[in-house]
Amino acid sequence: MFRPGRLVSWSVALSALLVGVVIASAALGPVRIDPLTVSRAILNLAGVGVHEVPATHQTIVADVRLPRILLAATVGFALAAAGTVMQGFFRNPLADPSIIGVSSGAAVGAVAAIAFPALVPIGSVHLPAFVGALVTAFLVYAIATEGGRTPVATLLLAGVAIQAFLGAVISFMVVHSGENLREAVIWMMGHLHRSSWGDVGFALPVTLVGVLVLGAYTREMNVLLLGEEDAQHLGVSVERTKLLLLALASLVTAAGVAVAGVIGFVGLVVPHMMRLIVGPDHRILLPTSALAGASFLVIADTVARVGAFGLPIVPVGIVTATVGAPFFLYLLTSREVHAL
Amino acid sequence: MSDDARSLAATDGARVELEDVAVSLGDTDVLEAVSLSVEPGEFVGLVGPNGAGKTTLLRAMSGSLEPDRGVVDVDGAPLCERSSKAASRLVAVVPQNTRLSFSFDVRTVVEMGRYPHRSRFSPPGEGDRTAVDRALERTRTAQFADRPIDEVSGGERQRVVLARAIAQQTPVLLLDEPTASLDVNHQVETLELVRELVAEGRTAVAAIHDLNLAARYCDRLVVLSEGGVLESGPPEAVLNRDVLDAAFDANAVVTESPVTGTPTVTALRATNAETTVPDRIHVVGGGSTAASVVAELAAADCVCTVGPVASGDAAAELARGQGFETITVEPFAPLSADDRTAVREALEAADVTVVADLEVGAGNQLLLEELAGRESLVVLEDRPFAERNHAGERARALYERCRGRGVVASPTEVLEAVAEAAARPEPSRTELEADDD
Repeated sequence: MFRPGRLVSWSVALSALLVGVVIASAALGPVRIDPLTVSRAILNLAGVGVHEVPATHQTIVADVRLPRILLAATVGFALAAAGTVMQGFFRNPLADPSIIGVSSGAAVGAVAAIAFPALVPIGSVHLPAFVGALVTAFLVYAIATEGGRTPVATLLLAGVAIQAFLGAVISFMVVHSGENLREAVIWMMGHLHRSSWGDVGFALPVTLVGVLVLGAYTREMNVLLLGEEDAQHLGVSVERTKLLLLALASLVTAAGVAVAGVIGFVGLVVPHMMRLIVGPDHRILLPTSALAGASFLVIADTVARVGAFGLPIVPVGIVTATVGAPFFLYLLTSREVHAL
Repeated sequence: MSDDARSLAATDGARVELEDVAVSLGDTDVLEAVSLSVEPGEFVGLVGPNGAGKTTLLRAMSGSLEPDRGVVDVDGAPLCERSSKAASRLVAVVPQNTRLSFSFDVRTVVEMGRYPHRSRFSPPGEGDRTAVDRALERTRTAQFADRPIDEVSGGERQRVVLARAIAQQTPVLLLDEPTASLDVNHQVETLELVRELVAEGRTAVAAIHDLNLAARYCDRLVVLSEGGVLESGPPEAVLNRDVLDAAFDANAVVTESPVTGTPTVTALRATNAETTVPDRIHVVGGGSTAASVVAELAAADCVCTVGPVASGDAAAELARGQGFETITVEPFAPLSADDRTAVREALEAADVTVVADLEVGAGNQLLLEELAGRESLVVLEDRPFAERNHAGERARALYERCRGRGVVASPTEVLEAVAEAAARPEPSRTELEADDD
């Protein structure tokens, strides 16, 4: 049974965890800064009082580390929320935020901009990636829709086909990207270096608005888990709700992927993990997954950034995959995964 | 005002009316021109063979399927013109299969029935909570309300889905095979509950496979066959051999259940078209063997006479139900002179006489004497005669004489045996006399 109190306590706990993780992450790096100073620097930045912080530390926290950390939190938040929605929507535990090709579309846009700057003279990679992602999602939806109905199975297969096709396009561009090859590959691995406040300013509002609206549709997500016909008997306008869920989940994913590239496993593993802990009710699953996803990606990116455990500094996508895949296998084998 | 009274008010008067509804799925016309109206407070059972369109008709009534032609009116306006929320405040559905293979707890699933009554941002109110509690109680699912739905049994799950529909508090309830996965006890419990809901003023339509349950609980049965309404009316009027034959292609007899007093359908094996059975047959014997013999003969279009048989015997009840002439006697009493005459007349009028696993007591020694002189006898045996004989050696000798003359068979072969007896040439006088020694 859904108890609002349970949602509140979980949200508070996970938010506190996120704040702790953010501060700890900002404290780590080539220059160690103690957490108290980090907190002060953050309060200074937020304009909450004036605290005494050494100027270099203020700069490192506010201008170098925090944008990257907040971007990681935003992207993790977005991907975990979108993954939760997609897994429920497709009633398939292997669904991830990019199941209808959003990441592939973003990659086409981004790689085109990186590999052929002359052809795509925008200067930014975000915009072509974002547009590529949304165009692909729309295309898959349009292909799978017939006579006003969009069967979930068709959608899934159309997504697979489009992704395969876009994969070929991306490979072609990568092969011919010449001196931009390395950058294109790093983009596709998922990366958060070179993050700026501008990136945060782009991704955070889209993500927050998208997830908030999704949050208003958690009851529909629950009812849709019963199957579309049952959902319709219970008064859900099925096709309209499906379109809305798909559009918002894709939008949120596109925002994340556009700024951070293809970061895998966050959207797949985090919702699973949270489903095991809080249960399948989307009213509590969606917000807790999003918050947990934010913390997860901040931790993963800290490992990637700091080079913890003696590892070299790598793109964050490599960390999420190395941590996420074994964890996923652990879930599958060691505990009864609550089937969708 | 109590909550019950309020839910009663909410369930007042919704008439369901289908006019000339046609539905085709792919290239198949599943329903053709179905017109049907269901009144408030009426429980209608949809019966018919597999593939007759029962589920499709229910889906059209619930708005899941838009008919290709015709209108489905609920409460005075076409269902398709209402918003999905408004429609689901009018019609609740208990589907045949619900995907519930994830770990929502039972109460959460039942709460989903409140979806059409709640606005997006309001928390569940007192009314929602009472509706859910009440639905859990009425379906006896309250005791496992906190268990995950994927850990309860199939039958319990079916009741949870019914609870969800009850929590929806709609004037119209549609049920697709609500008893299909339930045990005997829960079948009855479930349909009793539906009856209760109907008594409160709801309109209920259920596809029910089990004709006996349908006859027992529904006010009216609608027999669907090949996409149309074949027959519609009270169970006693609708369930008869002709309708069952036309709809199900079934060879069945309808009797009145001695327990519930409602029609009971017993399907028999299909008659072999090759076997030609004489028109008039007299059956002697009692109990279930004789009853099943009478039923099979009736299904094969024979006119039977039965007797002597104890009044109240299964065979006597069945024969009377089929309108057959029956000679009833007091149990264990010797055959009276009048009865003996009646039996003799019946035997003479019959083309074939069937002796069905006859139990012989002192009282019907006379009967055996009558039988022993007959031609065209069929002697059906289930148990050895020694177990059925309570009248000593003389009765055994008479019975053996019957066996010697007649066709001896097991009760399941009655039709073949009767045909064989009818086809036998009449024994000559000398043979009979030789037999007499």
